[in-house]
Amino acid sequence: MSANPLPVTPPLTKKDFQSDQDVRWCPGCGDYVILAQVQRVLPELGIPRENIVVISGIGCSSRFPYYMNTYGMHSIHGRAPAIATGLKVARPELSVWVATGDGDGLSIGGNHTIHVLRRNVDMKILLFNNRIYGLTKGQYSPTSQVGMKSKSSPYGSLDAPFDPLRLALGAGGTFVARAVDAEPAHLTEVLRRAAHHKGTAFIEIYQNCVVFNDGAFDYMTEKAAREETRLVLTHGKPLVFGKAKDKGIRLNPKLEPEVFQIGREGDLSQCLVHDETSETLAWILAHLQPPKFPTPVGVFRAVSAPTYDAGVHEQEEEVRGKKGAGDLAKLLGSGETWTVS
Amino acid sequence: MDATANHPEREHPGKETPREEVETVTIRFCGDSGDGMQLTGTEFTKSTAIAGNDLATFPDYPAEIRAPAGTLPGVSGFQIHFSSRDIYTPGDAPDVLVAMNPAALKTNLPDLVAGGVLIVNKDAFSDVNLQKAGYGQNPLDDESLARKYRFFKVDISGLTERALAGSGLTSKEVALCKNMFALGLMFWMYGRPMEATIAGIRRKFAKKPQIAEANVKVIHAGFNYGETAEMFAHKYEVKPARLPPGRYRNVTGNQATALGLAAAAQKAGVRLFLGSYPITPASDILHELSYLKNYGVTTFQAEDEIAGIGSAIGAAYGGALAVTTTSGPGMALKTEAMGLAIMLELPLVIIDVQRGGPSTGLPTKTEQADLLQAVYGRNSEAPLPVIAASSPADCFGAAYEAFRIAVQYMTPVILLTDGYLGNGSEPWLIPNVEKLRPIEVKYRRDPEGFQPYARDPKTLARPWVIPGTPGLEHRIGGLEKDFTTGSVSYDPQNHERMVRIRAEKVAGIAKGLAPTEVFGKPEGDLLVVGWGGTYGALHQAAEQLQAKGNRVSHLHLRYLNPLPPDVGDILRRFRHVLVAELNLGQLAKILRATYLVDAASYNKIQGKPFKIAEIVNRCREILEPDGARA
Ligand SMILES: Cc1ncc(C[n+]2csc(CCOP(=O)(O)OP(=O)(O)O)c2C)c(N)n1
Ligand code: SF4
Ligand SMILES: [Mg+2]
Repeated sequence: MSANPLPVTPPLTKKDFQSDQDVRWCPGCGDYVILAQVQRVLPELGIPRENIVVISGIGCSSRFPYYMNTYGMHSIHGRAPAIATGLKVARPELSVWVATGDGDGLSIGGNHTIHVLRRNVDMKILLFNNRIYGLTKGQYSPTSQVGMKSKSSPYGSLDAPFDPLRLALGAGGTFVARAVDAEPAHLTEVLRRAAHHKGTAFIEIYQNCVVFNDGAFDYMTEKAAREETRLVLTHGKPLVFGKAKDKGIRLNPKLEPEVFQIGREGDLSQCLVHDETSETLAWILAHLQPPKFPTPVGVFRAVSAPTYDAGVHEQEEEVRGKKGAGDLAKLLGSGETWTVS
Repeated sequence: MDATANHPEREHPGKETPREEVETVTIRFCGDSGDGMQLTGTEFTKSTAIAGNDLATFPDYPAEIRAPAGTLPGVSGFQIHFSSRDIYTPGDAPDVLVAMNPAALKTNLPDLVAGGVLIVNKDAFSDVNLQKAGYGQNPLDDESLARKYRFFKVDISGLTERALAGSGLTSKEVALCKNMFALGLMFWMYGRPMEATIAGIRRKFAKKPQIAEANVKVIHAGFNYGETAEMFAHKYEVKPARLPPGRYRNVTGNQATALGLAAAAQKAGVRLFLGSYPITPASDILHELSYLKNYGVTTFQAEDEIAGIGSAIGAAYGGALAVTTTSGPGMALKTEAMGLAIMLELPLVIIDVQRGGPSTGLPTKTEQADLLQAVYGRNSEAPLPVIAASSPADCFGAAYEAFRIAVQYMTPVILLTDGYLGNGSEPWLIPNVEKLRPIEVKYRRDPEGFQPYARDPKTLARPWVIPGTPGLEHRIGGLEKDFTTGSVSYDPQNHERMVRIRAEKVAGIAKGLAPTEVFGKPEGDLLVVGWGGTYGALHQAAEQLQAKGNRVSHLHLRYLNPLPPDVGDILRRFRHVLVAELNLGQLAKILRATYLVDAASYNKIQGKPFKIAEIVNRCREILEPDGARA
């Protein structure tokens, strides 16, 4: 199957990506911001709208495709990466996006998430992390903090959470990033980078659920605090933060990261410099947790690697080159045959 | 086979062994799972097919890849039934048993017909092996064996070693050749051509010519042993069968399934996508298709069964002919996604190669107990068509038909086969590609008046719209849809309307079915009803009963949901209805509920297919309730 010839049309705008459905998230939900930024980035890509497909699982976040005027599928809980894989392999020319939540993509669908990353199937995965099950009205999730009081943990959650980015890196993610709904401009930048990545682009987006987990990320989103509590990653730039850009991250003699006061405790040259191609550095960054460290946002890792979907088609071509295009009659009549007259 | 033969060890000094003509023979090769019995059976099958006999095979192997050597659970067997007339089953009981060790003898001897040929590898009857098989004393010393059977003790291991003396092979490599001795001996006994096997071995071991030549040498040694040992009073001839003319090959059910799927995609002119997770006895379909990359076939070995069907749904959404293959436990995992496919109304084929259950059950044995799961096993009102294949070769047509229905009606379709069909084999009349029924794939491209859930008035199918089509961008999903616009709708009346239209669409498939064929008279005393892999046994049982003048007919259902419209009438034209199934009466339950007929059940749940005699006996009990038969 080949793509349709691209019609010559005026450049698309954000509006072209808004569907006719009323958006039904709670007022103030972080999902609105994410939707708006995706709708802002897509027209820039020059991809015809009909070649974009958004696939989601189940959850508040997974309502996403209904609001996008592209092709889309709201599927079943946790399975979007598997469905998207089948689509991308069958139709490599499509631009495939997955919208998922911390419950959808990390709990019920955790298996598919790690395997799509491992295979490096060319798709963008937007993981809306609100550290709660929103749609089912407020149970703790695999990213909820220990002790969190929720509908199903009135005395505090006992589950240790895991970090989505460490999971993504551990599974071999070739593009691993974090952004926050409260910083739309930065989110847009990260989305743009992801859109241009060949392979699985995994973006964890901290998203505020105003109803069931309001303020979960305030410590690093509030204007007053954020210069001290979050670290914006820029490739090739030192890991510096603080209102006065006076704090840096360096490795101590035990090769563990530590925060140091630039000038007073050491000079800038000791500071780690961000390198998106370094797996080790990405790993260190993914371990920076509050309150000891600022929370890094931005692209942790971006490397180029063969994609599964391209591999499938290359192998097919290779076999076709060796064996020739398949002939059905020959196939049916292959092996030992005999004739009865 | 002639059971009145003379004592086997009668001598024919200086004379060529006479060749006796027989119509039908069943041979079972059995030994330890490390003894290569499956290979031996497959090679014998190949040459039997080339000899022109009709045949059916049944491999029976343990769940463990290598259960402890020499033990009873480690026994692996391969049965082949071949004939100069047409046959439908791998045979009720072997006429010839080749037992490579004591454990194999112990587990298989009870099946051997009285007067049958028994060949044992006497070298394997060591104290250790006897003990492992639980024999207190050596059964070969039991005089009654020679009275009951035509009994041959052959020092297969020793003769193999002698044949390979000086070959430079290790003793382990030599031991691995002994199955070829048994094969050579059987080639001699039944006058089979050996060329294909020998050529095959040379191809397989092209990089290890020493091993290839050793195997070939041992086959010849076995053959020559038959010729010169003057031990065997008979060799046999099974004339070629009079099969319909044409070109044939031997296929297993799993091979035929894979070919049927590939053929459907080729005829439709679109990509075939298989999403699957390995599971016995379905994995061979994945293996077969994974070779066909140059046929536009994509195989995706998913991380689990849910991803298997999930990826297939994604591929179907993208316009491919998509299929997922599995067995019972995997079917259970796919359930929720099947519901999604029903809501999305996308074409998809789901193949369940049934095995013994529940849970892990009997993974390598056959059963038909997933029927109710296939027809009903989903949350809510989730109808989908279910069809079943009836023989290994029929898997081709059934797989092809599954896709035809899926595409025509825009629906997931379940195809049921089973371990017995999947692994069993029979000759297959290679179909003419031109004559395969066309499968028409039409993607909607016209934006004019487009509604994603507008239906074809005849089939009630919605249009197949694939991403990449300009102007038709829309969203689908598992939430209920508005009847007209296809947008999400929570309206109560609309929901009922949608539930009903989905059911009506599937029920409407029945209208397009050809009249159901009944084997035998259209009315009578007893109708034997079956579905799936029991076809051969039921057909031959009915044939035998008809030959004796009984008013017995056989109805075999390929379409299980919806049932063909004429089934009710057919059932009512018989005094008795007997539904024979390898489960506790699942089809019987459906037929009783659908037609209010007093259908009786005959059930067997032993991981094994029906024997013809079992069906015949049960029918006789119904036909002659007072035991009037002799
Ligand atoms: C098989 C299945 N199990 C459970 C549910 C119920 N369910 C729906 S969404 C959800 C959790 C969603 O949480 P998350 O992915 O974090 O999404 P959010 O609503 O927070 O965006 C659950 C448990 C379901 N729809 N399907
Ligand atoms: S429940 Fe939370 S996540 Fe869901 S829509 Fe409301 S605010 Fe957003
Ligand atoms: Mg959530």
